[in-house]
Amino acid sequence: MKRHLLEAADLDRADATLVLDTAAQIDAALAGREVKKLPTLRGRTVVNLFYEDSTRTRISFELAAKRLSADVLNFSAKGSSVSKGESLKDTALTLEAMGSDAVVVRHSASGAPHRLATWVRGSVVNAGDGTHEHPTQALLDAYTIRSRLGRLEGVRVAVVGDVLHSRVARSNVRLLSTLGAEVTLVAPPTLLPVGVGSWPAEVSYDLDAVLPKVDVVMMLRVQAERMTASFFPSAREYSRRYGLDARRMGVLSDDAIVMHPGPMNRGMEIAAEVADSARSTIVEQVGNGVSVRMAVLYLLLGGAPS
Amino acid sequence: MTVLITGARPYGEDAADLLLRDGRIAAIGESLSVPGAQVVDGTGLVALPGLVDLHTHLREPGREDAETVETGSRAAALGGYTAVHAMANTDPVADTAGVVEQVWRLGRDAGLVDVVPVGAVTVGLAGERLAELGAMADSAARVRVFSDDGHCVADPALMRRALEYVKALDGVVAQHAEEPRLTVGAQMHEGERSARLGLTGWPAAAEEAVIARDVLLAGHVGARLHVCHVSTAGSVEILRWAKERGVQVTAEVTPHHLLLTDACAEGHSDGGGRWGPYDPVFKVNPPLRTDADVEALRAGLAEGVLDCVATDHAPHAVEDKETEWASARPGMLELEQALSVVVATMVETARLDWRGVADRMSVRPAAIARLDGHGRPLAPGEPANLLLLDPGARSVVDPSGLASRSRNSPYAGRELPGRVVATFLRGTPTVLDGKAVR
Repeated sequence: MKRHLLEAADLDRADATLVLDTAAQIDAALAGREVKKLPTLRGRTVVNLFYEDSTRTRISFELAAKRLSADVLNFSAKGSSVSKGESLKDTALTLEAMGSDAVVVRHSASGAPHRLATWVRGSVVNAGDGTHEHPTQALLDAYTIRSRLGRLEGVRVAVVGDVLHSRVARSNVRLLSTLGAEVTLVAPPTLLPVGVGSWPAEVSYDLDAVLPKVDVVMMLRVQAERMTASFFPSAREYSRRYGLDARRMGVLSDDAIVMHPGPMNRGMEIAAEVADSARSTIVEQVGNGVSVRMAVLYLLLGGAPS
Repeated sequence: MTVLITGARPYGEDAADLLLRDGRIAAIGESLSVPGAQVVDGTGLVALPGLVDLHTHLREPGREDAETVETGSRAAALGGYTAVHAMANTDPVADTAGVVEQVWRLGRDAGLVDVVPVGAVTVGLAGERLAELGAMADSAARVRVFSDDGHCVADPALMRRALEYVKALDGVVAQHAEEPRLTVGAQMHEGERSARLGLTGWPAAAEEAVIARDVLLAGHVGARLHVCHVSTAGSVEILRWAKERGVQVTAEVTPHHLLLTDACAEGHSDGGGRWGPYDPVFKVNPPLRTDADVEALRAGLAEGVLDCVATDHAPHAVEDKETEWASARPGMLELEQALSVVVATMVETARLDWRGVADRMSVRPAAIARLDGHGRPLAPGEPANLLLLDPGARSVVDPSGLASRSRNSPYAGRELPGRVVATFLRGTPTVLDGKAVR
């Protein structure tokens, strides 16, 4: 493993598999235990440095670190010196002086974790940077697929929605292709980046044509503000063409699963009956997120398992 | 003051002695001997006319922590320049006779290069109404180049009026070609790399669309247009088309667009420097483009479709670059490396000879700016504005050794050819032995 986890490309197939296997070991070790805590990172300090509001990701990392017995500091941009205009570099040096062993960073600027990694000695974990990547989300998605379907090699995955602005999509395309899955991106052309042709993924504008051929449908959150910038005419039209409703769910193969990184816009990209169906892994993904993040922190800070 | 340069090679051709006296080249010949003259050994050095930059940001007034007229002048002299045009996006903006005269006086007091202010086209660079272009033209600063650089004059009607109006001043509008609606939030060239890095793309079409519009307007009203920092292959095509139709359009290319590409944003160890991904030292506007664009720009400069090299020297304080990419200010240091980059990209690749370098870096920019006394041939009777270059020297760029007040050089750690040994402004050395005289 590299010292940092900044993007999915930091993980080769062996490293990625090691993270998933470690998460599985952690799940097995904690299964049925009353005290869900391991002593592995006792005395180590993990800082959650969040420049964007993201309660779910922050508490997932917080729980992961606490279950490994690390000390956890939550440093959020609001109400801190950041709002007084402190630079990312000065914040990094402050955290460094406090002796942090790992910094988990969420930032609205693509590449902020890469910059941070040049200023601190400890490990940096990217918890989502701008429209770039969110590698632990991709790891938990891969873990969820592997748990449900038993494999990743050759699994056909459709990633549907706002690929242009999605760090989840970028990380998943890279990680899933590293792990041998076949990814198809499905979106209106306005929500695909120029240059997407160089990605290790197929591209389609037609959700109905893709759905019968896949094992996994991963729906991306579509933000309402995209509508005002003319990425699509209306929420209604988006939902008609790219939303996953009960009718579309009906054309999926029998054991196909439906994923969503959350938070969902029910009725927009995903219908309630789909989100709440037996195919949906949405709640599982949340639980798996904690296990995968434990594995990442463990491997970055504690070394490879014996 | 009398200076005798011995054994230099004007335009890289046959060696000769050059006698500089009373601000002019008094004689060029073999074995000149003048009692009392200061002798400069030019053996093996290439003599070229002093360089003229149409596009420099000197930051004064307003951001004297990043650069001053004096420090920028020193950097320019060290780069072989004898005249630089100071862009108008200062604070306050150079949109009145008062501000342009202030900059002009600061340049005169520094005395290292002729500092020629550029006047803003519109009040406050706001793109809404014309600044008093005539007052700036008639001022002591004698402004002939007008530009809102940093901002595009995006309103087509306003651009048309600006082009028409400066005809009476023998002026030229230097356009920063960037359709603002196509570059909202843009961070780097839009293509495969921006898609992967998750940085908002700056499409080539946003530059090309404005150039296409403006050459049509310039042709329609019979005015002179100059295009700043051309960065795309498509722009070169449009400019070639316009020139063939007789439009009075000229264009510049920067050294960084001749050498660097958008790959720099991904981090690289090319050329000796080592850079991580997302290092904002490579953030510039317009952005670094692709290998194909670099090739087209080199070819365009060789062909003359691109008339000249202009630096877009853009000093920035450390805190404006040691940030996240999106928060960093765009721009890079150039003045001290510009000639070296041109040697590397155009001379060593046999696209330009030394006369070609003199044409693209001195003669044509001086003509575009209607600048008297610069861009003149190395010949007896002409103003003694010239430089001596050691073309064989190679050195690694060390930002801490630069004369600029800022350190944001994209060439740090890179080995580049050519060293300016001496620069003369009207017969007086501003640089000797590669060091500024003051």
